Amino acid sequence: MVPVSYYLILSGILFSCGVIGFLIKRNIITIFICIELMLNGVNLSFVAFAAQWQHLSGQVFVFFVMVVAAAEATVGLAIIIAVFRTRETLNVDHVNLLKL
Amino acid sequence: MTPSLHLWLIPILPLIGAAINGFFGRRLSRQTVSAVALTFCGAAFLMGLYVAARFSSLELPHAEYLGHWIRSGNFMVNFEFYLDQLTLVMLLVVTGVGFLIHIYSVGYMWEEGGFYRFFSYLNLFMFFMLTLVLAGNYLQMFIGWEGVGLASYLLIGFWFTKDSAASAGKKAFIVNRIGDFGFLIALFLLIKHFGSLNFSQVFSSIAQQPAETAGIGLLTSIGLLLMVGAAGKSAQIPLYVWLPDAMEGPTPVSALIHAATMVTAGVYMVARSHVIFEHAPNALTVVAIIGTLTALFAATIGIAQTDIKKVLAYSTVSQLGYMFMACGVAAYSAGIFHLMTHAFFKGLLFLAAGSVIHAVGGEQDMRKMGGLRQYIPWTFMTMTAATFAIAGFPPFAGFFSKDEILARAYEANPAYWFIGVTTAFITSFYMFRLWFMTFFGDYRGREAAQHGHPAHGHGHGGHGDPHESPTIMLVPLMILAVLSVIGGWVGIGGRFEHFLSPVFGEGATAVATEALSRSTEITLMVISVAAAVLGFYLAYVLYLKRPELPQKIADSLGGLYQAVVNKYYVDEIYADLFVKPLVDGSTRILWHGVDQGVIDAAINDTADGARHVSDSARQMQSGNVRSYAGWVAVGGAVIIAYMIWMGVR
Repeated sequence: MVPVSYYLILSGILFSCGVIGFLIKRNIITIFICIELMLNGVNLSFVAFAAQWQHLSGQVFVFFVMVVAAAEATVGLAIIIAVFRTRETLNVDHVNLLKL
Repeated sequence: MTPSLHLWLIPILPLIGAAINGFFGRRLSRQTVSAVALTFCGAAFLMGLYVAARFSSLELPHAEYLGHWIRSGNFMVNFEFYLDQLTLVMLLVVTGVGFLIHIYSVGYMWEEGGFYRFFSYLNLFMFFMLTLVLAGNYLQMFIGWEGVGLASYLLIGFWFTKDSAASAGKKAFIVNRIGDFGFLIALFLLIKHFGSLNFSQVFSSIAQQPAETAGIGLLTSIGLLLMVGAAGKSAQIPLYVWLPDAMEGPTPVSALIHAATMVTAGVYMVARSHVIFEHAPNALTVVAIIGTLTALFAATIGIAQTDIKKVLAYSTVSQLGYMFMACGVAAYSAGIFHLMTHAFFKGLLFLAAGSVIHAVGGEQDMRKMGGLRQYIPWTFMTMTAATFAIAGFPPFAGFFSKDEILARAYEANPAYWFIGVTTAFITSFYMFRLWFMTFFGDYRGREAAQHGHPAHGHGHGGHGDPHESPTIMLVPLMILAVLSVIGGWVGIGGRFEHFLSPVFGEGATAVATEALSRSTEITLMVISVAAAVLGFYLAYVLYLKRPELPQKIADSLGGLYQAVVNKYYVDEIYADLFVKPLVDGSTRILWHGVDQGVIDAAINDTADGARHVSDSARQMQSGNVRSYAGWVAVGGAVIIAYMIWMGVR
């Protein structure tokens, strides 16, 4: 059996990739994908612990996260389309209307 | 218990008149406004006469209780009215002279703007003055006291668009505040030590105490503080400076408030508080000294004034000094007697002066009058009566009251008497100076008018020959002239004094008749008449026979004359001594120092500090989405690091 630490390390690598991508990428779509990456990194650790402790709540949490992620993806993509229609760009650095 | 006379109606009636004219007067015609004012003021006078008619059937002092006002522990103040012989005299003088002046004002103010406002204020004044006179306790008296001050302020500043009038009003109000402060402290002391402000209660508990002969004890302090109040209201040294400036008001106001009634409130108050002063001889001495000095001081200033109303104003200050001198030698009834005759002749002098001013189209400078006798004979005759009365010629009213005061002053201390007689001589001189300059010689107004001097008029129209005033103004003049002639006769044989003796104690009458032998009394009388005649003669020589002399004398006196013309520079001294330090101190310390330096600075610095902090904090809110994400990531990392660190521990 693969020890849980392997899963956790992979989960950490996935999450870190997500964070780094989120911070350095300018394209909104990429950033969006990075968010999914972070969520899935966390999901992986949930599942790993659920298997380790033979406990269902970890699995249930993952379903919740996936549902929320789906909803978020829907809304997020809609926003991205709206932003693109008005600004004709997907560069986040140009989406700065809230700036002082 | 005597039946109720509804004394409360007396002050309330003018208040109703004031309210009607004040609220609706703008829409009413002049006829209606004057009818309202005269009706309510006249009704108060009729009530006064009714009270006088019922007076002998009353059980005195007669008090009427209306209701509670303040109840705090054992301390109680009621709304109550108080009637005794002293009140009756004041009541009749105030309502009687007040009513006559109301009538006169209808004629005098007819052409003026703000007609309704004037009568509303005038009625309001009557309300407060009657409250003051009829009050049954000190607090109620104080309402009236403050109220007449307010009415005086409003009426001095009646022509409020004129800068000098507005500032004269303020000056009167502020100087009066100084006196009122003393009065108020005296009331606090009375509450603290006697637990009451009711006249009869306070006086009966004071009467049981021994007199304070040495040092400044409680009663002496109360007496002195009351005198401070009286000096403010009645224009005595050192607070007299407001009264001459108060002449900026319309002339009927000067007659009513600043000669006949309000300024005598201080004398009334001292006489009313005679029990306190009798138990504080030192305070009484101060009253006498202040009165005597004021009488002389103001009279000397009066000599050199050229404004007809200013002469009368200083004369009023001087005559008020006589009244305080009388009170100060415990001759209260003589003081009140002089108060009454003074109300007649000084009210008349002002009204007649108003008639003169009216006749010459608003001119007040006596140097531009002269020879008016033939143009305005009625005014001339009434003014003559008043002038002889104030100068103290027998059998005019002023002779009796002044003689009474001088006789009593002689008993107390011949020094008072001597200054009093000197003042009588000066009074006679400057009054006849006014009389000769105004009514005799040639009319000097015409060339002044041709030289393009715009008649400083309030719409009287300064054109053509001087003209006599309308009947409505002459009738009050004549009535007051009659009173100025015969008003003193009530004092013959000590009748007036006898009438007031229940108030001031039997002792006063007894002392007066015993102490002075018949021959001394007659000698004193002859001397004071001689002083009056001498004043008359001097004025006759200087201002009628040889009109070039006064200028020569003035030139030879040099600095002294300048000092007198400039009223001894008292206003300037006060400005340097009190006003300037106050203004400078307020500007430098309170305005620039405290207000700008501390309060404003604290608020501005707080705001600046907040802005600096937020300036740096707002760098986080760059509007850049990725930097927000970075902050979130950093935050998350910090929390995780913290949790790991805590977990390790």
